[in-house]
Formats: sequence, C-alpha cells, structure tokens
Amino acid sequence: MRPDRGVPRALWIPAGLALALVVLPVAGLLARADWARLPELLTSAAALNALRLSLVTAALSTVACVLLGTPLAVVLARSAGRGVRVLRAVVLLPLVLPPVVGGLALLFLLGRNGFLGYLLDVVAGVRVPFTTAAVVIAQTFVAMPFLVVSLEGALRGSGDRFERVAATLGARPWTVFRRVTVPLLLPALGSGAVLSFARALGEFGATITFAGSLQDVTRTLPLAVYNQAETDVDSAIALALLLVVVAVLVIVVARPRALEGIR
Amino acid sequence: MRRPLAACLAAVLLTTACGGGGERTVTVFAASSLTGVFGALEQRFEADHPGVDVRLNLAGSTRLAQQIREGAPADVFASANAATMADVADAGLVDGEPATFATNELTIAVAPGNPRGISSFADLADRGLTLVTCAPQVPCGAATREVERATGVDLRPDSEEPNVRAVLTKVETGEADAGVVYVTDVRSAGQRVTGVPFAEAREAVNDYPIAVLRNAADTSLARRFRDLVLGAAGQRELAEAGFGAP
Repeated sequence: MRPDRGVPRALWIPAGLALALVVLPVAGLLARADWARLPELLTSAAALNALRLSLVTAALSTVACVLLGTPLAVVLARSAGRGVRVLRAVVLLPLVLPPVVGGLALLFLLGRNGFLGYLLDVVAGVRVPFTTAAVVIAQTFVAMPFLVVSLEGALRGSGDRFERVAATLGARPWTVFRRVTVPLLLPALGSGAVLSFARALGEFGATITFAGSLQDVTRTLPLAVYNQAETDVDSAIALALLLVVVAVLVIVVARPRALEGIR
Repeated sequence: MRRPLAACLAAVLLTTACGGGGERTVTVFAASSLTGVFGALEQRFEADHPGVDVRLNLAGSTRLAQQIREGAPADVFASANAATMADVADAGLVDGEPATFATNELTIAVAPGNPRGISSFADLADRGLTLVTCAPQVPCGAATREVERATGVDLRPDSEEPNVRAVLTKVETGEADAGVVYVTDVRSAGQRVTGVPFAEAREAVNDYPIAVLRNAADTSLARRFRDLVLGAAGQRELAEAGFGAP
C-alpha cells in the first residue's frame, strides 16, 4: 500500500485508527481461539448444520433483496414528490431499528396473532414463526436497505440521460429498464448484493425474536455462537471465526468483481 | 439548527461527567430472573444508605459469570444456579463462601385460561403443540432436561431460546402454546400468562447463591447489600415474587 500522491497525509492517522478499530477486535478473537481444538469444534454436527443453514438462508434472502429491492430503488430514484421522500426514510428504518424490535414487528405482522399471520393460518394453514422461511424473512428485512441504498445512490449518480435518449429513440419503458437501466446498475447491484449477503449472514436479533432457535431449522451461525457462549466459550469463538472466514471470503472474492461490474 | 444540537450535546456530556461524582457505588451483577426483586432492593438500599448508588447489571447468569471472569468491575454476584457461582468461585474471585438466598422451580406457562387444557409435564410431548423451552446451555434449559430425564418424557420444542424471558415472551405473544419457565416468571407476567404447576418440578430445583466478590471496590458496602438480600426484608421481597426459601 503506497501512499497515493492525491491523498493528504493528515488522512492517514484517522484512517489508521478506523482500520485498527475494525481489525484489532478480530485480532483479539484470533488470539483467544483454541487452535488445537479448532478442527474438532468446527466439524461438530451443530457447527456444520449452522453453517449450512446460514449460507442457504443468507443466499435466499440476498436473492429476495435483489428481486424486490431493485425495483424499489428504481422507483425511489426515478420518482419525485414529497411522498417519495417519506418512503425513502421508511425504507431505511430497518437500519435504525434495533433488530430485536424488527423481529417483534415481524411477529406482530406474521405471528399467530398478527393480522397477516392470522389470515395465513386460517386460510392456508401456514404458520411462519419457528420455520426456516421466518429466518429468510427476518434477514431480508434487515438486509434490504443495504441493496436499495447502494442502487439508489448509483441511479442518482448516473442520472437518467441514457434512459431518456433510449426513450426518444422509441424504446418502451420495460425495454429501457432491461437494456439501459439494469446494465448501468450492475456494478452497484453487485456491491449491494454483497453487502446484503454480509448483513444477512450476521443477522441475529430479528431472527431469534421472530424465528426462534432450533438446530437444523432456525439456528444460524450467529445464533449458534450466542448459544455456545453460554457454556463453552472456545466453541463459540471457533464458530465466530467460521463466520468471520465466510464473511471475509464473500467480501474479498465478490466485492472487487462486483465493483468493476459483471458484464 | 446546528447550535441547539451542539448545546444539547454539550449538556449531555456535562451531565454524564458530573453525574455520580463523589457518590459511593455498589455494582451488583444479578441473574435476569431477579430483575423485579433486586430493583426493589436497590431502592431500599439507596434509601437506607444516602449517597450510595446501587448499579444493577441484569443478564443471564452464565454471561455475568463470563464478564466477571474477564475482569468486569462487579462487587456482588447473585446467580440463578450453583454451577455458575462455582465457576466464579473456582477462579478465586469470590470473597468468603457463597450463600444460598432463594430457590426457584420450573412451571409451564400457557395462554391465559389455559385454552389447550395442559395439565401435566407429559402433555407437553403432544406434537400438535407449539412448545418453546430454554436451550440446554442455560440453567432453565438444563433444569428442563433434568425433568425430562426424571420423567422419561421426550420434549420436541419448536425453539430453544437463549434465556427464560425469551420463552415467556413467545408465550405472551401467543406464538407458542406452552413454554417451560420458572414459577417467578409466571408470577411477574401477571395476567398475560397462566402457570400450570407440575409435581416433577421438584426434580430440578434451582438454588440461587449470592457472594461478595474479591475485587469489590468497597467490600463492607458490598457485604451490607448481600446481608440485605439474605435478611428478612430481602426474603420477604423474594417470597412475594414467588421464590422458595433456601
């Protein structure tokens, strides 16, 4: 890392502090890990189950974020008016809400006594809480803003020149969206999806409140870490390391490519 | 717009800096099931000792024990089970001997009026029932396991919660038909849940030990708080909340 000529030296001190704040706690985790027992701790059925469940649910919620969040970002970025400003604030709510409150809110909507949950139960016999679907919903709820914010920023940054030109050349709105907007969005879509995946992977509060905690069904890695920390700190640290490794892999492997855009 | 904000921030900084100055404090780490009782005892202690501030840190016993072992500044530790206290004592962090000040038993929490007609521990094995328990890693879950072993009833919970309050919440919100919690939890929930006692709860009675910690900042004050819990006033509060006598 050579100091770039364009970067003022004064920035390096706070930048270093910021990096230390992120890196040092993780270093502390590494220092406390019981490396001899690590292989045994990580290959336990509970650990592998939690890892698999975490990867599957985080992947599903990322897909849900992309499918639902992309249209939302386009609508927010390309519409004007006061209502849109309010909507934009509402979309950001999951970022501000403590995840446990988010979980409670989901319970009050989709729980047995929630208005939608009650309807689902009576009409279709479907109950959402305590299922893997509930984990995916909780993760999607907390991760969605990351996707919407990255996409909306990119859309506003790029402006709508190309879309207007395409429209004047006779392209219909759907064609403009497909052939112009989406290709322009790909880099932001990539990084937004990575952020959403990372947030979904680390989700804890909303999941435990809304989905509960049961091995194989709803106990994702963060929940398993919390559970293990009650009795066996070594095992909790081992699981936490697993989570760190997965997160780093995702960010390192996917992020640069996502930033350059997949074309 | 900027200036009022800055003024507020400055005011917050000042008050936090000034607050607590010159006061003596007792920091009490207590199991979350003691929230109500210790809140009342805190007020009584502060009324009896002017200028003393009691600080309560309420959480799961095992988590508190971990914090104490990692060097958290605690003066008194009240645990919801003996094993957790033993961990802290084995680490050489307890001043003198821990004393048992209360006991607690499991009970079944159900929706008000018991609409599913649950009358025994064995009824919980019904697969059509949405059941939540504590995870076996925490004291209430360990106690539930003990009752399962003693009765030969095999429970299949829909969720194993990280603490007993979470179990209670799931029953209070109606998400779960039944949850295995402590007698005191049902008492504190008032009208929101009904308790179904069962005889086999005797198989897993939890002892609550309290101890002054060796690194206490003010040992004599810490001892006085412990004595309040062990004394008549403390015992009255505990009995009112549904705890058993030691």
